[in-house]
Amino acid sequence: MSELLITKILKRNRHSEIGRRNFLKLSGLSGMALILGVSSKPGNKELLAVGDLAESYKLTPYIIIEKTGKITLMNPKPDMGQGTFQSVPALIAEELDVSLDAVTIVQTGGQTEYGEQVSGGSESVRKNYYSLRKVGASAKEMLLTAAAGQWKVPVGECYADNAKVYHKPSGRNIPYGELVETASKLSVPQDPKLKEAKDFKILGKNYPRPEVPLKVSGRAVFGIDVEVPGMVYASVEHNPVFGARIISYDDVESMKVKGVQKTFKFQRKLGKNKYDAIAVVADNYWAAHQGRLALKIKWDYQGLDKFNSKDYEQSLRDLKDKEGAVVHNDGDFEKSYSDAPVKLEAFYETPVVSHSPMEPMNCIAQWTGTDTVEIWASSQGPDLLKDELSRTLGIPKDHIKVNILFSGGGFGRRLYNDFATEAADISKAAGKPVKLIWTREDDTQLGPFRPLTFSSLKAGLSADGRPVAFQHKVISPSIEATMEEKRNETGESTDMTEGISSQKYELPNMKNEYVFSAFPIPLAAWRSVTSSTVAFAQECFIDEMAVKAGKDPMSYRLEVLLTKDSDTKKVLTKLKEVSHWDKPLPKGWGRGVAQYEFFAGLSGYVVEVSQRGGGVKIEKVYAVIDLGTVVNPDMVALQMEGGVTMALTAAIKNGITFKNGQTEQTNFHNNPIVRINEMPEVEVHIIADGGPTIKGVGEPGIPPFAPALANAIFAATGKRIRRMPFDLNKV
Amino acid sequence: MSNINLTINNKPYTVDVDPQMPLLWVLRDVVGLKGTKFGCGMSLCGACTVHFDGVAMRSCTLPVAAAAGAKNITTIEGVSANIDHAVQKAWIELQVPQCGYCQSGQIMSAVSLLQTNPKPTDADIDAAMSGNLCRCGTYTRIRKAIHRAAEMMG
Repeated sequence: MSELLITKILKRNRHSEIGRRNFLKLSGLSGMALILGVSSKPGNKELLAVGDLAESYKLTPYIIIEKTGKITLMNPKPDMGQGTFQSVPALIAEELDVSLDAVTIVQTGGQTEYGEQVSGGSESVRKNYYSLRKVGASAKEMLLTAAAGQWKVPVGECYADNAKVYHKPSGRNIPYGELVETASKLSVPQDPKLKEAKDFKILGKNYPRPEVPLKVSGRAVFGIDVEVPGMVYASVEHNPVFGARIISYDDVESMKVKGVQKTFKFQRKLGKNKYDAIAVVADNYWAAHQGRLALKIKWDYQGLDKFNSKDYEQSLRDLKDKEGAVVHNDGDFEKSYSDAPVKLEAFYETPVVSHSPMEPMNCIAQWTGTDTVEIWASSQGPDLLKDELSRTLGIPKDHIKVNILFSGGGFGRRLYNDFATEAADISKAAGKPVKLIWTREDDTQLGPFRPLTFSSLKAGLSADGRPVAFQHKVISPSIEATMEEKRNETGESTDMTEGISSQKYELPNMKNEYVFSAFPIPLAAWRSVTSSTVAFAQECFIDEMAVKAGKDPMSYRLEVLLTKDSDTKKVLTKLKEVSHWDKPLPKGWGRGVAQYEFFAGLSGYVVEVSQRGGGVKIEKVYAVIDLGTVVNPDMVALQMEGGVTMALTAAIKNGITFKNGQTEQTNFHNNPIVRINEMPEVEVHIIADGGPTIKGVGEPGIPPFAPALANAIFAATGKRIRRMPFDLNKV
Repeated sequence: MSNINLTINNKPYTVDVDPQMPLLWVLRDVVGLKGTKFGCGMSLCGACTVHFDGVAMRSCTLPVAAAAGAKNITTIEGVSANIDHAVQKAWIELQVPQCGYCQSGQIMSAVSLLQTNPKPTDADIDAAMSGNLCRCGTYTRIRKAIHRAAEMMG
């Protein structure tokens, strides 16, 4: 049996909704909650139960201190590998003055008092940096006040350290556990004093992540590892062609597989889409899978088997000259472009790609009666999951209990909880708790996928190479249109042209446009969303402008396009320095640069490549990320190293294509990801100069990598790459 | 169905399953050792790596009947009782994992590599580890951690 321990935390607390202003107000879990706890102590092999909290007190919904002194911190941001199991509780622990090694960290389950609980948009730290520190600081002030009252001394003579309050003049101390009952009756300070950065013990340090020992010993519990008593297993045969309907099916052979209990038809619900499917329920997963393979299904393709990637891509190229929705218009592009003595234009293409997290989609669902369901899942948002299930199952949100486990990768895929609705539907039909597991083939073929974007770019330059007119037109499907019932034209324009109008480059007479094209297959956010593709076009084209102007691409950016100070200029200046940009490279080598700023943050790369036969080898990657403030520099470095790996896969591996309405790729042999032997050395530099804006970590490492690589290939070989994916062995 | 005798982490087990059921699902769902992970079902990603008498092997395509031939099957749970194998210590020191899902398999491959090659070069590591996929991108750390583990093992 797994070492997972599940503890029921019975709370009879008055429920209170957290508003922006009063989020620090005392409140408890709403009704009965089921929470998973693991000890955060490095090296501790036990997964600990949170325990009976009858003798515990909540100073805020995020901090539970028991009379015994045990401290539990609630983490509202699911960890999918981006480090929020450490970086988010660290914000509370720092101000509360407790060691992260001595607390239990518990993932929230979508309870309303924790507000928004989505891991997405690289927001977990940057949006909670002050609010969660205030949570910790406020609780600490209550504990200080309680101690001062007990000692009858001024609170100013007291300080907190390592879960104790000390009286400075006398040296007396009291542990938090002994103060918590009194403290919990005090009013909550709304404007607590925060520490100065110089006094930080956790924040800004390379703090070892508490879950790492669990992850190197097979003890970390992912969604797929959960077991519920009486549970059966399910495997689902989905549509081969997107939108195909089932005419009939024959399960005679399936039912002969030992262990198969039941088969039935149902529908996968993904956004506005409903797809016919057959579930096979069995005693064990292998039997369910064998039963599924034995199904004979008659599909009606409804004419949807005509869709091909090749034709679709051509249709996007044919839209090159179509006037699009104007998303940015400054000055007079048409006249300036027409008058410009030097003109250039280019067309860039990018592919559809899959998320392919290593843990395939899965979910456990268990019903109580017909209107209450409990879910165990690897998901990026327990609150999103609740919303989605409430809608798809037609039951109130407070009839849905959600348990979030570690996610074996997410990258945006686990923002969509279609697998949870499937598990719930199957469990209801089976009348038993069910563990649904998708195969890798399901995961690769069924989407939702990252959209492709094509870009048409134009620039006018003065005789001395300065920009006088610029246009980036994005031609693509939109995520929203494939998922939402009512598509919003304005929303599409801004989502699908993400970042192209807000780069810091001084480009006069800029007019950016968006041309929409419908797509019959579901699309989704993928790590760094649309920036992951439009940045390739944008930053390669900037390089083309530099070349046309006869300037070095780094100097062109720094001296011509960025005359004013900005974070972008800071990043490029740092890149120039750390990559020794001005130092000549060996013959046959080249270096390329790119940066991209978008909603999640800002980073840049210099990539060095060398010519090898007919191709190139990546020799070295220099990364700079601008954060303003950093919580765990080592985790940031990991995210940048990971960003390079993921962006490299998207740049050089074949991605996802469709033929006859079906996904052509099935598993890692034909939808490959970069392997260890293809991974270059990455040197990461973090800019954390205390600026007022805190930028994100998880996504910014993706967008500028592919253009920096393509620009390096141009520098080494003279070959301009305008389409992803491209083959490093045949440049 | 039939009774199959297995030795896993030096403990005997008798399981009553379809002899064709891959070892992976027997480990996870019958024996209850969940550290070995399902990633692809086709021996393409290495998340399910275990040791068959010390040799790294993919358990997702290995019928349990064939696994009965092993004197001992080692899973991630059998690498050490207290998370103190040199490879695990190096992994912790270098903070290798991100999501962690592939790491059981990575560690099983690394332990196997170091058993046969105590001082691997980067090229040896690339050759031995290229069957283990990591979507998060922990490869540069894995390379460093294997060198570090080799150092610790002296």
